[in-house]
Amino acid sequence: MNRLLKNREILLTVIIAIMIAGFSTRAQGFAAPGNLANIFNDTSILIILALGQMTVILTKSIDLSVAANLAFTGMAVAMTNAAYPGLPLALLIVMAIGIGAFLGAINGYLVWALRIPPIVVTLGTLTIYRGMAFVLSGGGWVNAHQMGATFLNVPRLPVLGLPILSWIALLIVLGAWFVLTRLPFGRAAYASGGNPTAAVYAGIDIGWTKFIAFVVSGALAGLSGYLWVSRYAVAYVDIAAGFELDTVAACVIGGISIAGGIGSVAGAVLGALFLGVIKNALPVIGISPFAQMAISGIVIVLAVVFNARAERKAGRIILRDRGAKEVSA
Amino acid sequence: MNAVAPTADQRPEVPPLAAETPILEMRGISQIFPGVKALDGVSIKLYPGQVTALIGENGAGKSTLVKILTGIYRPNEGEILIDGVPTTFSSAQAAIDAGVTAIHQETVLFDELSVAENIFLGHAPRTRFGTIDWRQINSGAKALMLQLESEIDPTIRLRDLSIAQRHLVAIARALSVEARIVIMDEPTAALSRKEIDDLFRIVEGLKRQGKAILFISHKFDEVYEIAENFVVFRDGRAVGHGRLKETPQDEIVRLMVGRDVKDVFPKVEVKIGAPVLRVENYCHPTEFRDISFELRRGEILGLYGLIGAGRSELCQSLFGMTRPSSGRLVLDGTPLDLRFSGDAIRAGIVYVPEERGRHGLALPMPIFQNMSLPSLGKTSRAGFLKAANELSLARKYAERLDLRAAALSVPVGTLSGGNQQKVVIGKWLATQPKVIILDEPTKGIDIGSKAAVHAFISELAAEGLSIIMVSSELPEILGMSDRVMVMREGLAAGMFERDALSAEALVRAATGNQ
Repeated sequence: MNRLLKNREILLTVIIAIMIAGFSTRAQGFAAPGNLANIFNDTSILIILALGQMTVILTKSIDLSVAANLAFTGMAVAMTNAAYPGLPLALLIVMAIGIGAFLGAINGYLVWALRIPPIVVTLGTLTIYRGMAFVLSGGGWVNAHQMGATFLNVPRLPVLGLPILSWIALLIVLGAWFVLTRLPFGRAAYASGGNPTAAVYAGIDIGWTKFIAFVVSGALAGLSGYLWVSRYAVAYVDIAAGFELDTVAACVIGGISIAGGIGSVAGAVLGALFLGVIKNALPVIGISPFAQMAISGIVIVLAVVFNARAERKAGRIILRDRGAKEVSA
Repeated sequence: MNAVAPTADQRPEVPPLAAETPILEMRGISQIFPGVKALDGVSIKLYPGQVTALIGENGAGKSTLVKILTGIYRPNEGEILIDGVPTTFSSAQAAIDAGVTAIHQETVLFDELSVAENIFLGHAPRTRFGTIDWRQINSGAKALMLQLESEIDPTIRLRDLSIAQRHLVAIARALSVEARIVIMDEPTAALSRKEIDDLFRIVEGLKRQGKAILFISHKFDEVYEIAENFVVFRDGRAVGHGRLKETPQDEIVRLMVGRDVKDVFPKVEVKIGAPVLRVENYCHPTEFRDISFELRRGEILGLYGLIGAGRSELCQSLFGMTRPSSGRLVLDGTPLDLRFSGDAIRAGIVYVPEERGRHGLALPMPIFQNMSLPSLGKTSRAGFLKAANELSLARKYAERLDLRAAALSVPVGTLSGGNQQKVVIGKWLATQPKVIILDEPTKGIDIGSKAAVHAFISELAAEGLSIIMVSSELPEILGMSDRVMVMREGLAAGMFERDALSAEALVRAATGNQ
């Protein structure tokens, strides 16, 4: 049992299951498959962004500009769709991913070449990208009636019982798992965060690794930009304001170490789902949105405490004997 | 504030140099870390008005002793007596309260604070209202600096001072807490000759005030100049002590190095082949200049020198971590232009860093992933990682090195220090290098493990690897090397063939002492 509890992924799955069971005693049908599918679909964008964020965090960095990137890219594709309704959707999606990746590359370049701390870089670009969204739109909105039907409907189309949006998220989950565990880049990301000095000695270019991580995060933010405006059928400057913090929170809850080098794709996904379940459940059982924020916050702090404890145990090498005693105690 | 008045803690009834009761005595001190006995039953005495030199190689236990005296470590055995009264230092503050203060090699001071603030940090005089009494801080600092014959303005910020001046501030800080026992940990390492003379005048002043001084240094000329007594440490034991006046330098070198070097390090005879690596006029803007040497197949080239002589910097440059400002590096007849470490690994040069825990391993990652990290190019197929290949590579070297682990998929952080070491070595061997640079390969490990590491290094040489071994331990250098290059202050200070090797010659070349 103790061993089971130490595995973050299993622990989170159990907690999420308990939460769902608990909520369903208060709200009829909460645990119904249809509702669970809805929750997953609702959380899809957070999952996609959290996976990008995770890639960056693994390298001992952080990307605070994801939500601003999403807002700018979302605005750009929405306006393009409104102005040129004839353009095929595939082209718009490629455009979204391209713009997002480019904005991510700017972050990555500043971190890599100028060696500015990632938190400072992305705090700056967060404001810049949001500001660019304003400049681009002149502060205006793109509403549902200006967008094409394909643009709006494709992510909602059900395939085998799930909307395409959910399928995209699942695809990204698989992709992230593949990249992080099966490609040298993934290994480089874990190594650069786990011990940057050792990584350099092993011939890994940490700067380049971080750059790629930011590009990946940016590309996923760009894709999410399209998914967001299509899902909520509106684009304006302030969409997804503050959402970057949710992506970080999902990672932290999922056991991705802010210090880098530790974490799994399953953890990030479960962390996102955890937040998704809370967000969906609390209104159903009649808790005010303000209390919701406080509850989310408490969960995040608890997760950080939990992570810190887990990492301290793992890191105790020199005083091995004493560490062993504490674990058993 | 009576600290400013030097008479406060003077004991006129004890004439300097003739005192018989030690201010501080350590009896049978042992400090044990898992796997290493850093200090083993060490006893020393410090007398008022006298300088005791603590001599020993790196890793002999000097720093551990300093940490015990400053209350950072608590010894596992033994007792500390101050004025004959047993004392335990439960914290760094307790040591300060007992009158022990240390001046470190790299001064632990704050660049952005003023001289006066640095001196009185933590024990600043207060006004009646509990706020800091700036007037008294500045005048007190000025008085302390004058006592050290220095006119540094106490309000100036520390970062505007030279290293020597910072040392003065550190000493003033030590005096401000009414220290009776002053530990100076290689205080001259970064000083010029003139600054050293100034420092020694201050030390003479401290002696006259009746303070007991523990002076740690590698440099024999300085030790003979300033100290009355000596203690020699080797492998965590105090192997000799006495009056310097009555002890010739050769005797101290002999104590430092230990008896017959050749018995401890059985040298395996290896047939030395053709030159593999040639370094020509290698220069670095700040760390080293004009280094040239050749390394042959199967050869172990020892690289000796004091800390800060530029050895590690040279090696890191040979490994592509820093670019040389000029010079050529030729491996197997091909000139190399290393832009980063990956280039060096591909070319066949690897570097096993000194701090293997900090620089060698990503602790959260599994053993096999750590092992395969520099060899991913070889284990991957078509750009995809192949876990099976990585595992078989790791298994091969784990067997060869007798690595003990529950499974190769457990995080490296869960292994013991010795086994972590093996992972680091295995990871570099797995790249199948031509040249391997070992930086302090046995630093911080016990004698038994040292022997195993040495046997292993000889084995590698026998297989035809060329080895550069950086070490500050004379026995290791003398016992293992086919040739030794000595570096001093960034320059090559001598190249010694095996039959011309002697501890005295190396120490002389390294210290510049004729």
